[in-house]
Amino acid sequence: MSEKRTFRSLMGRLPVVHQLRQSVGLQRGMLVAGLVITGLFLLTAAFAPVLAPYGFAQLRGDDGLFGAQQPPSAEHWFGTTVGGYDVFSRVIWGAQTAFLVIVIAVILSIFVGILLGLLSGYIGGWIDRVLVVIADAVFAFPTLLLAIVAAIVISGGQSNLWGGVMAAAISITVVFIPQYFRVIRSETIRVKSEAFVESARVIGAKTPRIMFRHVFRNSTRTLPLIFTLNSSEAILTLAGLGFLGFGIQPTSAAEWGYDLNKAIADVTSGIWWTSVFPGTAIVLVVLGVTLIGESLNDLADPRLRARRRKATTPADAVAATQPVARDAMGEVL
Amino acid sequence: MAAKEPAVDIRGLQITFDTDGGAVDAVRDVDLTVAPGEVLAIVGESGSGKTVTARSILGLLPETAKVSGAVVLQGEDIVSVSAQRLRELRGTEAAMIFQEPSTALNPVFTVGWQLAEGLRSHGKYSKRQAMAHAVEMLRRVGIPEPELRVNDYPHQFSGGQKQRIVIAMALALDASVLIADEPTTALDVTVQAEILDLLRRCRDEFGTAIVLITHNMGVVADLADRVAVMYQGEIVETAPVRQLFAAPEHEYTKKLLAAVPRVELVERPLRGADESASEPLVRARGLEIEYPGRLGRKPFLAVKGIDFDIAAGEVVGLVGESGSGKTTIGRAMAGLTPVTGGSLKVLGAELRSVREREFRPSRKQLGFVFQDPATSFNPLLSIAECVAEPLIVHGLASNPRDARDRVDELLEAVQLPKAFGDRFPHELSGGQRQRASLARALALDPKLLIADEPTSALDVSVQARVLELFEELQERFGFASLFITHDLAVVDRVAHRVVVLHHGEVVETGPTQQVLGAPSDPYTQRLLASLPVPDPVEQADRREALASLRESTV
Repeated sequence: MSEKRTFRSLMGRLPVVHQLRQSVGLQRGMLVAGLVITGLFLLTAAFAPVLAPYGFAQLRGDDGLFGAQQPPSAEHWFGTTVGGYDVFSRVIWGAQTAFLVIVIAVILSIFVGILLGLLSGYIGGWIDRVLVVIADAVFAFPTLLLAIVAAIVISGGQSNLWGGVMAAAISITVVFIPQYFRVIRSETIRVKSEAFVESARVIGAKTPRIMFRHVFRNSTRTLPLIFTLNSSEAILTLAGLGFLGFGIQPTSAAEWGYDLNKAIADVTSGIWWTSVFPGTAIVLVVLGVTLIGESLNDLADPRLRARRRKATTPADAVAATQPVARDAMGEVL
Repeated sequence: MAAKEPAVDIRGLQITFDTDGGAVDAVRDVDLTVAPGEVLAIVGESGSGKTVTARSILGLLPETAKVSGAVVLQGEDIVSVSAQRLRELRGTEAAMIFQEPSTALNPVFTVGWQLAEGLRSHGKYSKRQAMAHAVEMLRRVGIPEPELRVNDYPHQFSGGQKQRIVIAMALALDASVLIADEPTTALDVTVQAEILDLLRRCRDEFGTAIVLITHNMGVVADLADRVAVMYQGEIVETAPVRQLFAAPEHEYTKKLLAAVPRVELVERPLRGADESASEPLVRARGLEIEYPGRLGRKPFLAVKGIDFDIAAGEVVGLVGESGSGKTTIGRAMAGLTPVTGGSLKVLGAELRSVREREFRPSRKQLGFVFQDPATSFNPLLSIAECVAEPLIVHGLASNPRDARDRVDELLEAVQLPKAFGDRFPHELSGGQRQRASLARALALDPKLLIADEPTSALDVSVQARVLELFEELQERFGFASLFITHDLAVVDRVAHRVVVLHHGEVVETGPTQQVLGAPSDPYTQRLLASLPVPDPVEQADRREALASLRESTV
């Protein structure tokens, strides 16, 4: 029985699952829409080789070259680009690149950011002051400019898949670390003064134990939120890099920003399909992830959270808010 | 008085809140009347709906509340009145005194401006008149030199003076009903007595009806004319104050009154008196604790050279008002606040400029119970894991499962069912959490337990049970204890010896019975006399005694 209880409470405490249960009405709609769009994006990325009719760098099919700037047809659902690639395939393959960049960027930044934030917040002193100054300095740079510099430094002009992905990911990481750092640091400072941390100090727990067992888990509650918001920013930064020409070459991987860049000239000549589809893909993914982030944000705040109107009976409602057994007179033992 | 129209008439009031768990009925079918010039006290435990009921008189309820029934204030039904009319009624007909005076005043405006603002927003006064009236109000609530003080900011007043100003604001527009929500809870006993006097004067001189919300039965006995007892959203008993204290009718009222701690002066001899010859567990000599000031300010000396000892197995009650340095001493003994002067020896370790590494072994013999049980547990760990934490830290168990047998034993010792070990802290009530907190403090079988106001965040009935448990555990385990509290009645229950602190200095120390029974220091005398007794007849006598004492000491 206790195992079942633990499992249920564990499920209930998982970030998104918990909020989904809690949500109601419009907020639930937003969250579900976000989850569906993001789910589609993840599925597309995972099954890109199955879904895409052609490779991302494929120029010719069974009956010769695709031809440049072909309008949408049965063979090429979304038409072809100026370079003669299949737009539909490149949009699908692009999901994979975008996913890789998000995962690498977030993983790289989340660990460093959290660790630095914890250290800085809990230990304080000069470590804290130095780290805060560095974080603020990084914040002062425009994101994209920093990303461009990082991309040049990291890839050294190369533009294969991993070089491009890593360049984008690392340049995003540089910008994201301060964000995680700041959030975790301020949470840590708040949690540090709570009585349960002092109680751990009185017991005689060593600093690393207090930091990781007591402070860490209590200061990471807002992470799912920043995680989602940062993911959408990562996609935008990647697309921005690609659009400015610091992206990945079409022969190495499909990348929406690069395709958009190449489609600029098409727009004026009435060729809409080369720009609309990669553009829509970017907008959709950003929208999906942001919807999740925003609804998580609203749900985390009891003042913004919408509530169910009426429970089945008042007794049920009381039982749900007061899990503690109470007898008719004051407290039960 | 019965012939007069009641100042407030509440009929069939029903308030429901929408929460995460669905709708919750906070107030169920409540009927209440308050006559002009009458003090009605609403008492009850936290969550009994007393604050919500009183706030409905001003229409001050959060958006999630749904109200039905009628609240008639001077012939107008607050529940159905428009927002505009409601605003007009607030202040002129009914006004509110808040619990925490320091947050009820806006720190960036002078008190005179804030008083005048309330007057002018009702459009009855010009700017100059409003200011003059503000001065007059400050004089009436007993602020010295009101002409000068009217231009001061809230932080320049003491807590008691701030509460006086809040009362002045409430009275400024001649409200016929005052709603006082725990008006003295945040204040010290000596200040509390003064504020209660002021409220009594409001009733007598202005004929104001007062709705007093409190959990302190002493305050009720002191001020109230009539008492309504609320329990789980319902009024279980309404009676004149003397009748209620003399012959409570409802079962719950009886339990509530029985749980109120009183100063009874029971002799509590220390067992094993021969131990006093050996080295005491704690020895403070000329102990000084200083908080560093902000840039360019002088450091603040919280504890000014005090001496005290705690022998093995002895419970020492540390009593004082807020700012007396009592919590600071407790924290210093646990190594949470550095000692800056003199000497403090705890369990054989000198704490002045001690390194954490050197003190760590001694921590095994030290337990600490915090004031607020809500925050003293890691919310993400189960109760069993929290209680096992000291065992794991000191290497007596490698993981929570290993320690489970000992944890179950401890939970049993504090009278919690074993199954509670699997619950999370938020699933326990305040009293249960505080008992779990005791279990954690006792996990390593400490020689010394520091309890920092362990019962002040709890309801009276729960407090009584936690104190009972503390006594029992102390007898069973024989630990020495520093029991920090502001409540003399609580000290009387648990302590062998009492140390009275005033502004960081010890003013009196001695066996509990002697200090509380025949205090020699004037401050202790005043402290004792200020403590309202939960008995309206006796309290009336004590009030006069206090008044004469005040005159003689001032």
